[in-house]
Amino acid sequence: MLGEYLPLFFLGVIVFGLIAVMLFLVRLLQPKRRSETDLEPYESGTTPTSFARTRFSVKFFIIAIIFIIFDIEVVFMYPWAVVFKELLNIGTFIFIEMLTFLGILVVGLIYVWKMGALEWD
Amino acid sequence: MLTDIAIIITKIMIVIGGTFTAVAYLILAERKVAGFVQERYGPNRVGIWGLLQPIADGVKTMLKEDITPAKANRIIYHLAPAMVLAPALVTFAVVPFGSGIDAFGRHIAFQIADINIGILFIFAITSIGVYGVVLGGWSSNNKYSLLGGVRSSAQMISYELALGLSVVGILLLTGSLRLNDIVEAQIGMWNVFRQPVAFMIFLVAVFAETNRLPFDLAESEQELIAGYHIEYSGFKYSMFMLGEYSNIITASALIVTLFFGGWTVPFIDVTKLGHLGAFLSVVSFAVKTGFFLFLYLWVRWTLPRFRYDQLMHLGWKILLPLALLNLLFTAAWITYV
Amino acid sequence: MTESLFFIFATMAIVSALTVVVTRNPIYSAVSLVITLFSLAGIFLLLEAYFLAVVQIIIYAGAIMVLFLFVIMLLNPGKEAKFLSLTDPRTLIVTLLSIAFIGMIFSLVSGSVNYIGEVMGSVEELGTTRNIGLTLFTKYLLPFEIASLLLLVALVGAVLMTKRNLR
Repeated sequence: MLGEYLPLFFLGVIVFGLIAVMLFLVRLLQPKRRSETDLEPYESGTTPTSFARTRFSVKFFIIAIIFIIFDIEVVFMYPWAVVFKELLNIGTFIFIEMLTFLGILVVGLIYVWKMGALEWD
Repeated sequence: MLTDIAIIITKIMIVIGGTFTAVAYLILAERKVAGFVQERYGPNRVGIWGLLQPIADGVKTMLKEDITPAKANRIIYHLAPAMVLAPALVTFAVVPFGSGIDAFGRHIAFQIADINIGILFIFAITSIGVYGVVLGGWSSNNKYSLLGGVRSSAQMISYELALGLSVVGILLLTGSLRLNDIVEAQIGMWNVFRQPVAFMIFLVAVFAETNRLPFDLAESEQELIAGYHIEYSGFKYSMFMLGEYSNIITASALIVTLFFGGWTVPFIDVTKLGHLGAFLSVVSFAVKTGFFLFLYLWVRWTLPRFRYDQLMHLGWKILLPLALLNLLFTAAWITYV
Repeated sequence: MTESLFFIFATMAIVSALTVVVTRNPIYSAVSLVITLFSLAGIFLLLEAYFLAVVQIIIYAGAIMVLFLFVIMLLNPGKEAKFLSLTDPRTLIVTLLSIAFIGMIFSLVSGSVNYIGEVMGSVEELGTTRNIGLTLFTKYLLPFEIASLLLLVALVGAVLMTKRNLR
């Protein structure tokens, strides 16, 4: 079983090696001209006024939290989907189980929706 | 053992080489299609029909100056392009691109790794792709690139849910996460006919995941100049492009594998035809993938861009509930019909 | 083969975990933590816990660390101070916890205390998605449903805490 994964380790090593070699070779090829204005941030020609790493909307942060929670719920569905037909032979409880699980998930979704966490304006 | 390792490395080389070549010509095709749509020629100076243009472009980016902005966070700034390119090159590993042949006394599958969690492996690696985008945008110390990076990462995680849920319907029918099992289950009947809603959701979500029009808010040249990779130049810029287009190729290949029978050929059992069958299966896979690559270009030059609120509305309030409904319907269908 | 891969992943995990603690730039800490989680996924893979390995990447590396990065970028903190001062109450807590942790490792290595318990049955094929599904949806059904309630609570909490900013 583990042998199936062996090519992935090879692939990882080859990909990182390839990227490193490419970056190294390109470093030798590229010209080195430097001037002060070269290194300034590009803001369509105007002179930058402040440091760029300012705060941004808290909405992105909320989206990330909601995403984590739903992502965990989605992850539970993969093993469920894989064994669904198999456990259906014993009884329909496997369907009812996920119905309950999804029901609670949908309550959460409706709550988030009604609270306006998904609104962007 | 040595032969096995040689086979593995050969396959890896073929896939990576193939991806690079395909990316080069996909970019040329994009410019040609753009020319066709806009009633102009597109690139036609380098080589016949512009066929050598990708090589010229590649050499050009390698010879260009590589600028690191003065106040950039140097380590992260240099790492970010690799964080986009590496996952993009790894994801294709689990996609079967042909039926396989018998040679050297063993069966050689046309796939780098036939693993038992295939589809989840792809989702896992794609979810890593967010880092290159958000860190590249943050480290450049540019307001536009920061906005582009944050926007695009929020977009990618939002559509990941619909993407993941739409596939569950197929898993219910197949009962396996292995992509080869999913392909073989489609002999005689493609999944797109069994799961049309899932296909639509998957198609839309995959366009959003690859940051392509109508979801290219990360770049949106009219407002953010270029998005998260404004400050990148020279070869690092082309690494972002390589990663982006490799993702498009993997996405098209994945659509074909999940919904359009992968390497199977309709009405012909290629597994019984030996080497000819293997060849046919690769051709079948390439033709189907090519169609979806063309769809990417077609859509890009046809549709306008979404607004950010519309994008979030579509992802969270339409695709996510729709994917849940599709899932419930499929499960109920299997249980009671 | 498996053993050498284990040592590669273990070294990666330890080095990157140390970087998380040692570096003074929060962004570097976050990126190193991603590498740690990745190495742990590799170790899970070597233990034939396939589903766990992939979920480790999807949830921890792909979702939770993205949130971490967002928070770091949102707050934009500067560099951390090099050392805690001796009068800081946190110094005492950190010292006590470190001693406890070193003691735990020592007792584990010397074999005087068994924290792990007996491994049930055969390990082979235990970590496949199918087997996890079969046990999760029959034997551990109640914890599974309770997990969904827990997630609901987390969701409500997250939205409530940011409620002021929403309307």
